[in-house]
Amino acid sequence: MSEPEPGSGRTVLLVARREFRTRVRSRSFAIGTGLIVVLLAGLVLMQSLLFGRSEHTTVGLAGQATALAAPLRSTAHTLGRDVDVQEVTGPAAGVEAVRSGRLDALVTGAPDALRVTVKDQLDGTVRAALVSIVQQQVLDAQFAEVGLDPKQVSQNVAAAGIRVTALEPADPQRGQRLALGFVTAFVLYFSLVFFGSAVAQGVVEEKSSRVVEVLLATVRPWQLLAGKVLGLGAVGLLQLLVIGAAGVGLATATHALPVPGAALGALGAGVLWYLLGYFLYATVFAAAGSLVSRQEDVQGVLTPIILVIAVAFVVGVNLLLRDPADPASTVLSLLPPFAPVLMPGRIAAGVAPAWQVLLAVLLALAAIAALTWLGGRIYAGAVLRTGARVRLRDALR
Amino acid sequence: MHDTVLAVDRIAKRYGDVVALDGMTFDVRAGELFGFVGSNGAGKTTTMRIVLGVLAADAGEVRWRGRPITLADRRRIGYLPEERGLYPRMRVLDHLVYLGELHGMGTNAAIGAAERWISRIGLRAHRDDRVQQLSLGNQQRVQLAAALVHAPEALVLDEPFSGLDPVAVDVLAAVLRERAEAGVPVIFSSHQLDLVERLCDRVGIVRSGRMVACGTVDELRAGGSARLTVTAPQAPPGWADGLPGVRVLGTEGPRTLLELADGADDQSVLRAALATGPVQEFSRHRPSLTELFRDAVTAETRAA
Repeated sequence: MSEPEPGSGRTVLLVARREFRTRVRSRSFAIGTGLIVVLLAGLVLMQSLLFGRSEHTTVGLAGQATALAAPLRSTAHTLGRDVDVQEVTGPAAGVEAVRSGRLDALVTGAPDALRVTVKDQLDGTVRAALVSIVQQQVLDAQFAEVGLDPKQVSQNVAAAGIRVTALEPADPQRGQRLALGFVTAFVLYFSLVFFGSAVAQGVVEEKSSRVVEVLLATVRPWQLLAGKVLGLGAVGLLQLLVIGAAGVGLATATHALPVPGAALGALGAGVLWYLLGYFLYATVFAAAGSLVSRQEDVQGVLTPIILVIAVAFVVGVNLLLRDPADPASTVLSLLPPFAPVLMPGRIAAGVAPAWQVLLAVLLALAAIAALTWLGGRIYAGAVLRTGARVRLRDALR
Repeated sequence: MHDTVLAVDRIAKRYGDVVALDGMTFDVRAGELFGFVGSNGAGKTTTMRIVLGVLAADAGEVRWRGRPITLADRRRIGYLPEERGLYPRMRVLDHLVYLGELHGMGTNAAIGAAERWISRIGLRAHRDDRVQQLSLGNQQRVQLAAALVHAPEALVLDEPFSGLDPVAVDVLAAVLRERAEAGVPVIFSSHQLDLVERLCDRVGIVRSGRMVACGTVDELRAGGSARLTVTAPQAPPGWADGLPGVRVLGTEGPRTLLELADGADDQSVLRAALATGPVQEFSRHRPSLTELFRDAVTAETRAA
């Protein structure tokens, strides 16, 4: 009976537990989570369709390589790919055709030393078909000679290959990484807006139903606020993990991402930035919610906050897709209001150096400390004032 | 000596230019039912909110067992706010358990107490309903259970009887009596003055943020004067004017209501009445709380 502040930790935990249970048991949580997973599945599926779209490949043959037309067609066919083979008048014309996109690949050179010219990258199936043809050629040549060491033969065959020249080489994973960055930014944007709004709506629900008066007769405002923020944050984290696990699973299953490590890394960064972003925005949302007493008025006070996050998402994604290393997106991704959406996107895209990530984390932590203090004060000052919308100045007094 | 549990000492509170409380002072003792009456806007609700700490006083002090009240003390108070409020989508049992736990009860103890109070207030059939599905009267019962679930050491109830049907009024009155007999001080405000008079050990009358009268109903009466009702059909108007120590409060057909000053002789009034003709009724009575309240309030108005 002597403790001055009876079990603050327990009180916060009780409040958080109620928030968590109420939200996780609600139908909207299950539906919302399911909807995002379906959306994500659609994205991944589209992605794998887009990247595997060239079922039909046109290959140009020039010089000695023209002899390969028939074996190339049949080998590719057994590998499940239709290859159109055209004869090209000369290497120069062929390169021009590749550059303009009329040809997917140009094959020149002697059958045992093929040279392939492509725009950015050689389709895997065509590559496999060509390699097997070359090896066959080498094998045939070796058989023509007598008294060869079998070991030597197999070494020669293994060494046989093709030389690929890309006219406009690109990072082969660039597209996938960018898509991953986009998806990460989208999921974070959604989570922050959704759970930030949930905090504000919870605050208003307590105000409009007046239950806050009963609560604050036994609980301090900061305990109520902390419990609500932690409880809803945990729900958001749970949802993020479900979505993330589904996303990584889908990506791995459909081979949409050649590097499963990248997806896991993006998920890790996503979780870290979700937590930073959520705690950055949660008290701001709560403070905004505490200014009004009716659900109808919530939208008005939330719009400016959601707008900031939306700008971070829209501007950020545009900059990211155009050029992930762009200085503007770099600077924005360091600033606390934008970092939670932009930085994980850049991390997923693989363009954020460690020092920038660290700097952004530190800035975000500092901003969280400042905003939690300010938001807590506004909340404590406004949460018991019902009726008209509370002015910020009055709440801070 | 009385065992004072809760003391409100010279509390002042202003809302901008409006003075809500101006030196509000009273105390409540263990095992006593204290009725808190006053006109709308007199400051009853503001006082209760300050006691519970949901509002801060500008000056003055609330004391719990002789020392300034703390949050830990306030958790031991059962509070029914003027503006009722519960989570609309929470189930009745869950809600009471939650509030019990917030007041420091263990989960099992909270569940047990919630079940008991649900039975006591007659809501067993609605135990698993959501609060918003209940009628307003039943929501009010849940709200009362919410104030009682954690076995509070004091009760502060703002208008607990408003919105209750007569059966529920009786149940609540019995509950409050029983709590008081268990040693719990109970403060409640009400406009149903007959109920307050019947139920309360002491009454405080509030006007303009001050306690203008405070004591047992008998003590409050002691300050007032005796009243006479005389029914003399043939008496001319003004028959009682000029009688020593007598003031005419009003007439109502053949009836005249008189106020006797201390020491005035009621028999001389009877003689004067008989002098006008037959007297069908002659009764002396003591003022009800309603009359005391009206006096206290109008006296202040006249003074103002």
